[in-house]
Amino acid sequence: MTEPLLEISNLDVGYGQAQVLHGVHLEMAQEAVSVIGRNGMGKTTLCNAIMGLLPAMGGSIRFGGTELVGLAPYKVAAAGIGYVPQGRRLFTSLTVDEHLAMLARAARGKRWTPTEVYELFPRLADRKKLSATSLSGGEQQMLAIGRALLLNADLMLMDEPSEGLAPTIVEQLVATSRRLVSEGIAVLLVEQNLSVATAVSDRQVVMVSGRIETEISSEELLGDADAQRRYLGVESLEDAGGIEGTGG
Amino acid sequence: MTTVMTGAVNVLLGRRGRHVHWPRAATRLLIAAAVAFVVVWVVFLADSTANGPVIEAPGKFLQTVLDTITISGLYFIVASGFTLIFGLMRTVQMAHGALFLLAGLFALTYQRKFLDITGPPPYEDVGWADWWLPLVIGVVIVSGLGLLIQQVFLRWNQGQELRQALITIAISIIMVDRMFHHFGGVPKDITWTHQIHGYVEFAGLRYGIHRLFIIGMALGVGGGLWLLLKKTRTGMVIRAGVDDTPMVQALGINVQKVFAVAFVVGSALAGLGGVIGGSFANLGPGVTDGNWLLNSLVVVIIGGMGSLGGAAAGSLLYGAATSFSPSYLPEAYSYYAIIATFVILALVLAVRPYGLFGRPA
Repeated sequence: MTEPLLEISNLDVGYGQAQVLHGVHLEMAQEAVSVIGRNGMGKTTLCNAIMGLLPAMGGSIRFGGTELVGLAPYKVAAAGIGYVPQGRRLFTSLTVDEHLAMLARAARGKRWTPTEVYELFPRLADRKKLSATSLSGGEQQMLAIGRALLLNADLMLMDEPSEGLAPTIVEQLVATSRRLVSEGIAVLLVEQNLSVATAVSDRQVVMVSGRIETEISSEELLGDADAQRRYLGVESLEDAGGIEGTGG
Repeated sequence: MTTVMTGAVNVLLGRRGRHVHWPRAATRLLIAAAVAFVVVWVVFLADSTANGPVIEAPGKFLQTVLDTITISGLYFIVASGFTLIFGLMRTVQMAHGALFLLAGLFALTYQRKFLDITGPPPYEDVGWADWWLPLVIGVVIVSGLGLLIQQVFLRWNQGQELRQALITIAISIIMVDRMFHHFGGVPKDITWTHQIHGYVEFAGLRYGIHRLFIIGMALGVGGGLWLLLKKTRTGMVIRAGVDDTPMVQALGINVQKVFAVAFVVGSALAGLGGVIGGSFANLGPGVTDGNWLLNSLVVVIIGGMGSLGGAAAGSLLYGAATSFSPSYLPEAYSYYAIIATFVILALVLAVRPYGLFGRPA
C-alpha cells in the first residue's frame, strides 16, 4: 500500500460519558473499503467522527496529510470527503434541483457538476422541480449521492446507502459505487448488507462493540458462514436477501 | 414580561407540555361558530360600538379594513425579520423590539439634526433626503448592532434557546435603559417626507398616502425576502439549514457565514420597521420596544415559524384583530380590545399547534 489516503489511529469517540469507539485503527488508500458490523456497533459513530459531527475524545484522523480531528464539519468536507449519511438526510424544504444548485458554485469546472449528476442519474433530471420528500427511496439515495459528488471529493463516505432499497435499486447502487472507484474516487462504505459490501470492496473491516475486530477479504467472508453469523448475525447470505451475480 | 417571553419561546420551539385531546370536529365547529358570530355582529348587531354595524356605516367598515392592511404591512416588515432570525435560524433574538426602537430614535435624531431643529419639524420642510437618509443611518447602525450581538453573544450559544433568550432580554433591557437616558422618556415621532403627506380620496374615504407607502414597503420587503429565500444560494442554504444544519455543514458549507447574513437582514428589517413605525406612530423607550417584540412574537406564533407566507397571514390576522376589536367591541368594553389578540392566538393554536403555516421542528 502506498501513502494512505485516510489514516485513523487510536480513535476514541463517545457521547458524553459513554464511550462508543475504542482505539479504532483504519488505513485506506485510493480504494474501496467496507466497514461491516451489526446494528449499534459504532459504524455510524465512526462516520460522524470522521465528518467532525462528533468530537473525538482522543486519537487522530489524518486525511491526505491533514489532521481532521478538531476541524469543523465544513472544513472536513472541504478537505475532500463527500458524505452520504445514513437515512439520506435530504432537505425537506428544497427541491431536487435546489439540492444540487446549492453546491453548484464550488463544483463549477470540475468533474462533477449538476449536469454530470443528472447524466449519472437520469431519473433525477425528470424530477428536478419536485420536493426531495416526494421521491422514492431509491431516487432519494441517488440525490444524496449526487449531492455528495458535487464536492468533487477524493473520498466518498457512504453510511448504509442500501438501507430500505429494493433489490434492483441496490444493484444500481453497487454499480455506481464501483464506477466511482474505477474513476479513482476512494469509497469508504459502511454496510450491514453483506452482498453489497462484498460487491463494492474486497477489504472488509469488521466492527464489533466500537472496536475493529478484524479485517478479512470478501472472498474469505463469503466462504465462511460462521464468520458471517458472528459478525453480522445473519444465518447465511441467502437468508439475508442477497443479490446474485454481483459478489466480489 | 420575561415569563411571557420565555413562554412564547417554548411555544415557538414546539415544546408543548401535555397534549389535550379534543375532538377536531368540535374545535372546527367552535371556530366556525365564533367566526359566524363575529361576522353577524359586525354586519348587523354592532350598535353600541364606535363604528356601528356595517349596514348602517359601511364607510367606517371600509376604513377599518384599510387600517388593517396598513398596520398589517408594518407588522409584516418587522415580523418577517423576526421570522428569519427566530423561525429560520432558530436563534432567539429578544432584542428585536429594542433594535426597532433604536433605529427609530437614531433616524429621529438625524432627521432633526439635518433640519437643524430641536422639536418636530413641520412636514413641509422635510424632503426625500431628510427622511430616507435618517432611515439608512438607522437601518445600518441597527444591522451592525444585530450582527455584533449575534457574533459576540449568540454564536457560541447555538441551540441553547433559554440562554439566548436571557442574554438578549438582558441586552434589550440595557439598550432601552440607555435610550431612556439619552433620548428621554417622552414619546416622539419622525416626520414623513412632505411628498407622502396628504390623502387620496375615493368612495368618500380619505386614505393617507403614507399608508399606501407602508403597504408598498411591506410588499417590497415580502418580494425581496421571497427572492432571497427562493432564488439565491444563500436562501437555499438558509432553508436547508432549517431542516438539518449539521448536514449542511457536512456538505462543506460554512453555515456561520449564512447565519451572519440572515442576522444582518433580520436586524435591518427591525430597523426599517422602526423608522417607518416611528413615522407612523411614535417612539417611546420602554413601551415601543416591548410592544414590537410582542407584535413580532404574536405574528410568528399565529403564522408559523420560519414561513414567509405565515408571517404575511399572521400579520393580516393580527392586524385585523388589533384594528377591528377597538372599533367593533361595545364601547363600554373597548378597553378589552387587547384580549381579541389572545383569542385569535388560542383559536389558531387549538387547530394548528405550529401556527397556520408552521411545521413541527
